[in-house]
Amino acid sequence: MSETPTDVEETAVAQEISKLDTIPDGPDELGTRQRAQRSAGASVWSLLRWAWYSLTSMRTALILLFLLALGSVPGSILPQRGGSDPIKVSQYYAAHPTLAPILDHLGLFNVFGSVWFAAIYLLLFISLAGCVLPRSKRHYKAMRARPPVAPRNINRLPLSASWLTDESPEAALTRAHEMLRGKHFRADRAASSVNAEKGHLRETGNLLFHISLLAVLVGIAITSVFGFTGSALLREHDGFTDTAIDYDSLSLGRFVDVANLPPFSFTLNRFDATYQKGGSANGDADTFDAHVTWQPNLDAKSRDYDIRVNHPLSTQGTNIYLGGHGYAPHFVIRDGQGHTFDEVTPFLPQTGSFQYQGVVKLPDAKPSQLGITGFFLPTASVDPSTGMPISIFPAADNPAVVIGVFEGDLGLDNGIPQSVYTLDTSKMKRLVATTMRPGDTITLPNGAGAITFAGYDEWASFNITHDPGKRVVLGAVCAMVLGLIGSLSIRRRRLWVRATADPAGRTLVEVGGLTRTDASGGFDDEFARLVKSLQSSVPPMTSTFEEG
Amino acid sequence: MPVDVGLARLSNDLIAGGIVAYSLGFLGFALDAAYGNHARAAAKSVLRVPAQVPALVGVAAGSAQSAGSGFSGASADGPAEGAGSSSSARSGFARRVGLAAIACTGIGWLLHLGAILSRGLAVHRLPWGNMYEFTVALTFAAVTAFLVILNRQPARYLGVFVMAPVVLALGLSVLVLYVAPAPLMPALHSYWLAIHVTAAIIASGVFIVATAATVMFLIAERYALATAAGKPVRLSGLARIMPDAETLDRTAYRAYAFAFPIWTFAVIAGAIWAEYAWGHYWQWDPKETWAFITWVVYAGYLHARATAGWRGRKAAYVAMLGFVTILFNFFIVNIFISGMHSYAGV
Repeated sequence: MSETPTDVEETAVAQEISKLDTIPDGPDELGTRQRAQRSAGASVWSLLRWAWYSLTSMRTALILLFLLALGSVPGSILPQRGGSDPIKVSQYYAAHPTLAPILDHLGLFNVFGSVWFAAIYLLLFISLAGCVLPRSKRHYKAMRARPPVAPRNINRLPLSASWLTDESPEAALTRAHEMLRGKHFRADRAASSVNAEKGHLRETGNLLFHISLLAVLVGIAITSVFGFTGSALLREHDGFTDTAIDYDSLSLGRFVDVANLPPFSFTLNRFDATYQKGGSANGDADTFDAHVTWQPNLDAKSRDYDIRVNHPLSTQGTNIYLGGHGYAPHFVIRDGQGHTFDEVTPFLPQTGSFQYQGVVKLPDAKPSQLGITGFFLPTASVDPSTGMPISIFPAADNPAVVIGVFEGDLGLDNGIPQSVYTLDTSKMKRLVATTMRPGDTITLPNGAGAITFAGYDEWASFNITHDPGKRVVLGAVCAMVLGLIGSLSIRRRRLWVRATADPAGRTLVEVGGLTRTDASGGFDDEFARLVKSLQSSVPPMTSTFEEG
Repeated sequence: MPVDVGLARLSNDLIAGGIVAYSLGFLGFALDAAYGNHARAAAKSVLRVPAQVPALVGVAAGSAQSAGSGFSGASADGPAEGAGSSSSARSGFARRVGLAAIACTGIGWLLHLGAILSRGLAVHRLPWGNMYEFTVALTFAAVTAFLVILNRQPARYLGVFVMAPVVLALGLSVLVLYVAPAPLMPALHSYWLAIHVTAAIIASGVFIVATAATVMFLIAERYALATAAGKPVRLSGLARIMPDAETLDRTAYRAYAFAFPIWTFAVIAGAIWAEYAWGHYWQWDPKETWAFITWVVYAGYLHARATAGWRGRKAAYVAMLGFVTILFNFFIVNIFISGMHSYAGV
């Protein structure tokens, strides 16, 4: 096949363009495919190579990216075990007895902790690393390289201009060189041309962004290995020491020694809440204040702190956040044989109402076990339409409890774990259902005993987390934004100026420009400005314009 | 602090006025689009550059070179030469209507601004604490982005496609989403609220304008393909008054490229806020998850647009999908899916 000179030129231009390419496609993908085709089927080694090149190709990365988005969808629609309301999973099970086990088997109730979700993002990050690291090396070389020499036919470049001038070629090139350097181009003066280049920061930003993405994953990994997170519910006057036993739930990173948790401790002295009265936001919380006394370790002086929403207590890399809040009614129960039980049990807030629901279990009551299930109503009232007791405000302005008392088998001995917030009444008999005010006492029928509603405490729950990878993640995401701005707002471009004397003693000035990554346009404007700027110091001859 | 009822009422009146002004603006843009000659205006603006540099010659090196070939594309446009005297009289009328539409939009923008300011003063906080206020702020960001683009390039053609969703969204917010002004819940007391939500609003507003340009791009491209194939097309009247597909694509891309880092920042600021408020910077709360999905889809768009075989139509569909995820997050997640964001209020 014979190539005409024009074809050669065009090929050269195309090569120049692809060399300029800083977006992860072009040469990479083409090269990938060629290499992949050449080696496929030859040996295991080449199969591995093929797999590697396919994985690190742009298209694979794009598909993985979309899979990641698609995979997140069920995690937002189905109830999640690690989510804000894990109880909903069991509710979903009850509502869809056939579907739920299938979904569970697919990991759809724990999408973000599932194997397949991890597989997607790990593949994506490997793909990313395989793409970004070689590019970083290439970019490092490109940054140190000088601008390439001018192509033979500048006027075949995507943007070009030429004119005749009275200035000498030397003077024209010197001025072009000065002008381009003044505009922060990396410019070289060659024998008959000026070669200039600008905008390496685009690729720098692009790589910074992608490397930062990798760093985010590293930060998350650090936390999952060295961090811990737990929660604890404290009634007023309860104390907490940072040992495993004081947590209601605690999940430790793989390398965290449970014996070496930071030695802080704190006591919840008082909990204050204020709420909005009236209007559409009636009952919404205005302020939550948990007044605590704390010590960084047992030998240190104790000090007071006010843990609020948005205002955690920080010590030794561990943060203590205020989570929820509620009431713990205080019942004094006497069983049929005269034993007394003093129970202060936290009741949980119910969404959509100002009621707090809870259960008291007395497995040691005699002659049979006793259970109380019911609601704490901080501001009790009566629903005018149903006549049922309701709570109309979350503050304890008119506290009452509405309870049902059960006798029988609590079902604690059959080995099936039970929630402390639900009462299994299948083997129990209801003795009484009633509303009580603080100080009220009811006598249970059949000599089963008596119950006194002695009062209530407030409780607060705390989330305690140690997240050592947090700073890495924070730094990485900041770098990500910077990198993004660079890679989206800067364009990489090359400019060549050639000045040659023609036989008539005039000088032909040719300017050519090239960019690949001008996704948002505007290089033509910049090119026009540069040409104009050069024409002001190397003026065209007024009589004739050389066109073409 | 109590809510200032007088100021709150003023804010509602200003919003009503703003909707009226925007509706007039929409009408004006529609008339302008119907009777004007935009392709000519667009061609003129692109030709401005070579006119200043007479010796400049644009040579498109192969079709792969999408950028920088604006000269040849515009000068070859049919309507550029077809501007006879009768059509110039007609477009003179349309031009006046178009300018009036801009004026109406500007007046609407001022009323809109006043509404936001008075609402903020009435409740003593930044007025984007619930869906109503968020929609009002979001549409304000969209109109602002549109006006900024108008100031930089002759983009009146975007008017119809930007103002229609703006008027719809504002109407919806007043009729359906409205809630009386009130202070915020404690979890929302943080300057990260200001940063996080403001960034989300700006990004979403710009995404609206970008999506309008993408929709127009898809129409213009279909029109161009069909006419090239010699087939009759529906919506041809609409397509004829639009600038060429490439200009629309570039306008859209600029907007996406501007909004994407802001969206990224909004998600990050949200994570920082979550860290302060809940103790975990990322919990896969439904709203977070959808913000992440939006981010991933737009990241996909930016890559797709730079990948051979995905440019143009396919990339545009990806961008449209991105906007669908925003709408899903805003309507479906806010209203139907409860999560830790749900207390931000409908």
